[in-house]
Amino acid sequence: MVSNGTRKQRHAATNNETAFIRKEDAPILPPPITSAGPAGWLYENMFASMLDYSTLGAAVKSILMAIFTAFVAYIFVGQVYGLLDFAIFSAVWQDPEEQKRQVCWTVEQGGKLPNGWHGACWPYIIAKTKFILYGAYPNESLWRVNSTYLLGAILLGWVMIDWLPYRKFVGAVLLTIYPIFATVMLTGGGFGLSQFSVGVNTILGLALISFGRAGKMGWITGPLLDLSKVAGVAGWFFIFFAAALVSVGLDFDLSKVDTRDWGGLLITLVVATTAIVVSLPLGILLALGRRSNLPVARTLSIIFIEFWRGVPLITVLFMASVMIPLFMPEGVNFDSLLRALIGVTLWQSAYMAEVIRGGLQAIDKGQYEGADAVGLSYWQSMRLIILPQALTRVLPGIVNTIISVFKDTSLVSIVGLFDLLGATQSTIADAAWSTPVQASTGYLVVALIFFVFCFGMSRYSMYIERKLDRGH
Amino acid sequence: MNWKSNTLTKFVNDANVRGVFFQVVLIAALVFFFFWLTDNTLTNLRNQGKSLGFAFLSGTAGFQISQTFGTWLFDYKVGTSTYLDVYFIGIANTLLVAVLGIVAATVIGFTLGIMRLSNNIVFRAFATTYIEMLRNIPILLQLFFWYFAVLRALPGKRNKLEIIPDLIGMNITGLYLPAPLPQEGFVYSVIAFTLAVLLTFGVSRYAKRVQARTGKITPVFLIGTALIIVIPLITFLATNSPLGWNLPEFKDTGPMLRRGYQAGSGMILVPELIAVWLALSLYTAAFIAEIVRAGILAVSKGQTEAASALGIRPNFTLRLVVIPQAMRVIIPPLTSQYLNITKNSSLAVAIAYPELVSVFAGTALNQVGKEIEMIFMMMMVYLTVSLITAAFMNWYNSRVKLVER
Repeated sequence: MVSNGTRKQRHAATNNETAFIRKEDAPILPPPITSAGPAGWLYENMFASMLDYSTLGAAVKSILMAIFTAFVAYIFVGQVYGLLDFAIFSAVWQDPEEQKRQVCWTVEQGGKLPNGWHGACWPYIIAKTKFILYGAYPNESLWRVNSTYLLGAILLGWVMIDWLPYRKFVGAVLLTIYPIFATVMLTGGGFGLSQFSVGVNTILGLALISFGRAGKMGWITGPLLDLSKVAGVAGWFFIFFAAALVSVGLDFDLSKVDTRDWGGLLITLVVATTAIVVSLPLGILLALGRRSNLPVARTLSIIFIEFWRGVPLITVLFMASVMIPLFMPEGVNFDSLLRALIGVTLWQSAYMAEVIRGGLQAIDKGQYEGADAVGLSYWQSMRLIILPQALTRVLPGIVNTIISVFKDTSLVSIVGLFDLLGATQSTIADAAWSTPVQASTGYLVVALIFFVFCFGMSRYSMYIERKLDRGH
Repeated sequence: MNWKSNTLTKFVNDANVRGVFFQVVLIAALVFFFFWLTDNTLTNLRNQGKSLGFAFLSGTAGFQISQTFGTWLFDYKVGTSTYLDVYFIGIANTLLVAVLGIVAATVIGFTLGIMRLSNNIVFRAFATTYIEMLRNIPILLQLFFWYFAVLRALPGKRNKLEIIPDLIGMNITGLYLPAPLPQEGFVYSVIAFTLAVLLTFGVSRYAKRVQARTGKITPVFLIGTALIIVIPLITFLATNSPLGWNLPEFKDTGPMLRRGYQAGSGMILVPELIAVWLALSLYTAAFIAEIVRAGILAVSKGQTEAASALGIRPNFTLRLVVIPQAMRVIIPPLTSQYLNITKNSSLAVAIAYPELVSVFAGTALNQVGKEIEMIFMMMMVYLTVSLITAAFMNWYNSRVKLVER
């Protein structure tokens, strides 16, 4: 009927009889409730899967979905509330009468809190803050640790914020001068100056640099020219090494702090940063080795990488702590921090190498060929063409590796170092604060610190990823 | 002169010559380094009055190992078992925890990964929170948390927390489960089960052939499930149900020292095992969830659209189009997560669960003092597992690789 009517109207319209012409726009109807506003959002994000009752099967599905959603929501809210309740609402915050453990005891246990109380015991953490952050580092020297942190944070921040000037220079300072500064500040320096080794390194360095300069000036020709280029670079290494020897050798009148007294977050940061900074160049070398055409270099890189990647970090640390003393000549003694550092770094560099290899493989073959075609040497083409692209490409992967090594530093507590976790674990054993909530409180703090660092790094990596993503 | 220096330059600049030179230097440096290490080691060992050799393995181990899968499997007895037994016990316990962890982490990880992709905000928020939390906290800390903060808060030795009354319960000494006691004739049920599994494989191959020839789809899943349940069940009942249960026995009367769970009753999972299992599976599940999410997102939308354009039903789209392509992305990182579980099981040394590192490189090493041999043996186990996994991964990759034309 309706279609018949419209046809008639249309027919009429063609016969120049004005039937109906709309003069104004149709009123704008509100969008359906399921697609706009908060209700629409809720529908889209929650109820869409629960509101289909058209068939029996769909109804059963919807009901099951609703039940399951309610169940998950219940657990989720319960857990979040439980955590907040433990950490904030029910927590004990102050210990005005210096009762120590009794302040967190329930009536049953001989304290004042109601029975069945379960909350964090913050006075315990407040009392142990220094130990958790610095270990047994002497109180009067804590400014040294703090100034090391501060300088490191400033330099790192400078490098990370991309509108600041001189970022490359600051980065170079961070990788060369800063480690020496940190070593002197943290240990106290004054290891004694061996004039012989400083002298040898300086003279060797100067000689190599002059050789390099001579090459640049064109005084050297023929086969030695290439050697002079390498020599110039190597010379600076020797000079740097000599400078480092002088810096840690000089006595700055700082009291010596044995690494056995280091602890807490300090150890965690020292192990993590050293492993990261050293493993990156090592990883690059290994990755290049694994991709190289030289059979010996390739085989050795593969063996190295697969060996370290194939064994757990714990066994590496065990090996470092019991076998390094056997490997060293008599009289050479590595302290346990250094041994752990060696272990973690070697292990880490294998992982770093695999991440970087991924980047090298992702580079288009044309880039390699192009570099060859313009006559760059192997190292030039790597330094100028391949690595810059490969490293930016795998930057998220590198950050992931850094996050994982940061977390894995907690394992050094198993070989007897008091890192963040180890130090906290040892405060948990302190009977003066012995309460049923002691362990939970301590772990909560450590978890929070690790979470802040790791989550922050992962967000930074996502930011970098977005920034580098050129959308193709 | 000119000619001579020219050949020399050519020779020096030849990439092959340089390569050979560089490699010779590398080998020489390495040989020197290892020679130096070996020399130092031998001197140090001589000074300590030690010698190299594996003879210690047949010596009897004089220390207790807590009752676990490994000690049961190798029938450990202080005073008669050797260090080689200790080694195998360690391997068995490591593998046990790895297998348990892999199963649990896979289930939890896939669930969380799919939940994170859900349209339902509740699921998404829940999964996201859990994944971000578990991923960013060191596994050792999680292990300590489960062991020292949660399991230590359980009722003491003389009490219990019942999960299923009289069947399953736990206290600070562990989780008590009924232990199956296979009796005479149970072996037939096992054989029947094996046969059913083999038969299912056969059916699935046959079904594939039928589908390739006629296009008809056989409900393999239903048939297989039925076969695997029905055949062993009939055998089991026909042989007069030859399986008894040793229930955990709990006494709360009688002399104080005899109360609690009775030794030798039921099957006990030690709290160390539970803590390691929980920590490993939850931590790894967070990573697996991310892998699963990435894998599913990697299947481009066009694939799903094309499938529905071809008239394939949504269920089949998921099973035949999305999952096979997602699996290609998921499997390699998933395998390396499985490997991580195996390697991370070594963390159990921190809470003294008797796995390889703990019993062999810990207790046994302290007694025997054969650092080099024992650490070598320990590392070989992990290396073997890793290399086998890597070999599997290469095989899988070459099998599922996109064939580019």
